[in-house]
Amino acid sequence: MTAVAETLDYDEVLDHFDPVLGLEVHVELNTKTKMFCGCANVFGGEPNTHVCPTCLGLPGALPVMNARGIESAIRIGLALNCEIAPWCRFARKNYFYPDMPKNFQTSQYDEPIAFNGYLDVVLDDGEVVRVGIERAHMEEDTGKSLHVGGATGRIHGAEHSLLDYNRAGVPLIEIVTKPIEGMGHRAPEVARAYVTALRELMLALGVSDVRMDQGSMRCDANVSLMPKGATEFGTRTETKNVNSLRSVERAVRYEMTRQAAVLRGGGSITQETRHFQEADGTTSSGRPKETSEDYRYFPEPDLVPIAPSREWVEELSGTLPELPWQRRKRVQQEWGLTDEETRDLFNTGAADLVAATVDAGASVSEARSWWVQYLTQQANTREVELPELPITPAQLARVIELIGEGTLTHKLAREVVQGVLAGEGDPDQVIADRGLEVVSDDSALLAAVDEALAAQPDVVDKIKGGKVQAAGAIVGAVMKATKGQADAKRVRELVLERCQ
Amino acid sequence: MSVIKQTAAELAARIHSGELSSVDVTQAHLERISKVDEQLNAFRHVDADGALEAAAKVDADIAAGKPPASPLAGVPLGLKDVLTTQGVPTTCGSKTLEGWLPPYDATVTRRLREAGVPILGKTNMDEFAMGSSTENSAYGPTRNPWDTSRIPGGSGGGSSAALAAFEAPLAIGTDTGGSIRQPGAVTGTVGVKPTYGGVSRYGLVAFSSSLDQAGPCARTVLDAALLHEVIAGHDPLDSTSIDAPVPPVVEAAKQGANGDLTGVKVGVVTQFTGEGYQRGVLDSFQAAVEQLRALGADVVEISCPSFDYALPAYYLIAPSECSSNLARFDAMRYGLRIGDDGDRSAEEVMSLSREAGFGPEVKRRIMIGTYALSSGYYDAYYGSAQQVRTLITRDFAAAYEQVDVLVSPTTPTTAFRIGERVDDPMAMYLADLCTIPANLAGNAAMSVPSGLADDDGLPVGLQIMAPTLADDRMYRVAAAYEAARGPVLDQIPEL
Repeated sequence: MTAVAETLDYDEVLDHFDPVLGLEVHVELNTKTKMFCGCANVFGGEPNTHVCPTCLGLPGALPVMNARGIESAIRIGLALNCEIAPWCRFARKNYFYPDMPKNFQTSQYDEPIAFNGYLDVVLDDGEVVRVGIERAHMEEDTGKSLHVGGATGRIHGAEHSLLDYNRAGVPLIEIVTKPIEGMGHRAPEVARAYVTALRELMLALGVSDVRMDQGSMRCDANVSLMPKGATEFGTRTETKNVNSLRSVERAVRYEMTRQAAVLRGGGSITQETRHFQEADGTTSSGRPKETSEDYRYFPEPDLVPIAPSREWVEELSGTLPELPWQRRKRVQQEWGLTDEETRDLFNTGAADLVAATVDAGASVSEARSWWVQYLTQQANTREVELPELPITPAQLARVIELIGEGTLTHKLAREVVQGVLAGEGDPDQVIADRGLEVVSDDSALLAAVDEALAAQPDVVDKIKGGKVQAAGAIVGAVMKATKGQADAKRVRELVLERCQ
Repeated sequence: MSVIKQTAAELAARIHSGELSSVDVTQAHLERISKVDEQLNAFRHVDADGALEAAAKVDADIAAGKPPASPLAGVPLGLKDVLTTQGVPTTCGSKTLEGWLPPYDATVTRRLREAGVPILGKTNMDEFAMGSSTENSAYGPTRNPWDTSRIPGGSGGGSSAALAAFEAPLAIGTDTGGSIRQPGAVTGTVGVKPTYGGVSRYGLVAFSSSLDQAGPCARTVLDAALLHEVIAGHDPLDSTSIDAPVPPVVEAAKQGANGDLTGVKVGVVTQFTGEGYQRGVLDSFQAAVEQLRALGADVVEISCPSFDYALPAYYLIAPSECSSNLARFDAMRYGLRIGDDGDRSAEEVMSLSREAGFGPEVKRRIMIGTYALSSGYYDAYYGSAQQVRTLITRDFAAAYEQVDVLVSPTTPTTAFRIGERVDDPMAMYLADLCTIPANLAGNAAMSVPSGLADDDGLPVGLQIMAPTLADDRMYRVAAAYEAARGPVLDQIPEL
């Protein structure tokens, strides 16, 4: 047996192959209730508390469509530049699995509600790539299986399994791209950028929380390679369990290098489902698809066809918010930002917060710098999303105002912000309680300066002798004496004045 | 006349006037059940406490001077075991649901409760409503009160046998391919399949979703109409339920009872006669057609050529839907569980449980349906069957441009003997030959007794069909015919 390297060097992959991607993204809608019953659509909750005869698939129970779910699907379709089907149906996808109460999933098959669209995706360097959208269709989520007793948490080796049907029947939209070809070495980046753009779009539409960590947005990446110059696609694998934006990029990249190694070693790719391993960035074989599974789709007889009127679709079209790429363009122009600044602003999710802070009176550059840098770090440290930080744009604007007035130095300002984040109240409250105001009274400062000069006559001599940099020692002493609340620049000026 | 032999309309009038108590009426039927049901097996489960409690509530309301909750308040009923009843067993005639206590009421059940109708119990049926003889019940066959060596029809044989044996004055059935009408025909009772969507399917354990329809079973046309109005009407819990007023069936039945059908156009379906039909059935049907003519109806022959393909289309569509509908019986959440010994996988437990839980006819249909829906076969089978369905709907539409109602025998033969067709599915399926088209088109249809066959002395049914949401038309014709023909059940031998 000849040992074949598990992966091929990335550049070498591209010397020989062209990658082709297909991305399937599931988005859980944030409707108040589930897709086909009145149960609450909420993440978590005590197991099996948000269930009823319909979402448990009890004998005799029937589904009723959630009009809000249909509305969201149409809005998503419109935002993805899709055609909206004037008439379509749900279909049953039949297969047995314990976490699927009816042993069929109510989905859509050959009649998706939205089809043939595209999404423009901005890459890191500002280049725009248009990703074709094959379809966006509606379906219901399954319950969750919890495998107990095994080492891996997977079904294999588990002692028993627990089933939670709270998620069963939650509305999902599955968005499928057309084959993404010709991206070459940028394929992994395009995959990440696409999912990022899709996520922003869902946020702008307000139709989903799109929390990849909670599973309200899930991505399956189909990857295949074809020899350079070939026109026929190679055999693809479908990688599941890709639960972060970064993982999308890593998973695609890994699959490209793995498949290339197999192909270069004379082997062939098995069409199969693979699982992404977050820890080491590899993928592992799931169940092989020896024969393509036969889901025996047929139109769902318990539901009536969906026939959105042209008027309704037009009305929904009018409810589309400014879409992310339109907004990005407008903000960049209005605020005069570079591509990089624009990218950071949106990638950190700070755009809304910055805009609100500017509305509250702050300058764009101050507001941007606080949210994109300092507060983003704070959010990362606390492992929360930026908007979840307990500080409002108005509070931050006040801090920025105080800096402008000279009441706070940047260093003090950060302390004030820490106080606000710690729940100590508004900035002014924190300043009062912590006694953080800049000592700007020259007479108070002069006393401290004189004291420091008297304590270090040798330094005074040096300054007088022209060694201006020696003033640092005095400034340091003054800052120490005033517990950092003095404006160091002013202290320096006073020291130099005294030594003239 | 003894209480149990009275019609629901008569009982209701006497209960509402205070002359009879609902408790006494209910009690009389419970006693009849305990006396004769051992011979028949019409009831799967008797809920004496629940029925008497509901009856007592009606009596208390009447004593308090409150108006009755419905025209049938206080009149007890047998409910087919395919409709869920909260806390009361619902087996669908299957081992797989033995011991299951539904946590919710079907909409039909709820409406009956709200109407003050005491539910005597759950009536026997072919497993998951698949069959034409009630022999496919996992709990033993129901016997026909006219001749206990014969079948009472199916799948709702329990409901019709209960009516014919005076165990209940009213019953509910469900009709996917004739499961209300064919049992009605062979037991000398009235059975109505309302327009699809006329009665909610919520809580009706699905066999074939696009065909299933619950409806009233009774001994008279008026009783059926009264029950029809109690259970019918739009239900937001069933997407396929029609949001339109319930056709005025009670008024139509009352109008029809005056016996005048002048100006009513009746079409005789030419496809449903000839070879394969019992002589006595055809004679009874001819006599019925003459009777309608005598009542003033304008009778013409109508050809519906696509009806010849109804049976094969039905036996693709119904099994296809059933293969999916019955997938949920997997032992995970409720019902029979076999082989859960801690070593077997969920998949093995599912497989063993389904193997043990389903009877041969259910398995046959699941397999046929699974095959018909498979990729590569879908177009040839399920797809073609749906096209036939469209053609049948068009034949009906064309026919109803010429006539008000269509008539045919309800079923080609009278009640056959228990065991006679169990090994011959095709012969069994032929029992639904005449009833299936109305299910495929979603139209209304009913069976009304047309006397006894002159060759074997067993009951025959006249099928009357009407367009969608024109259920009242067939009630009018049925009531006129019934009034002219006179009662049939008074000839039933004593059990």
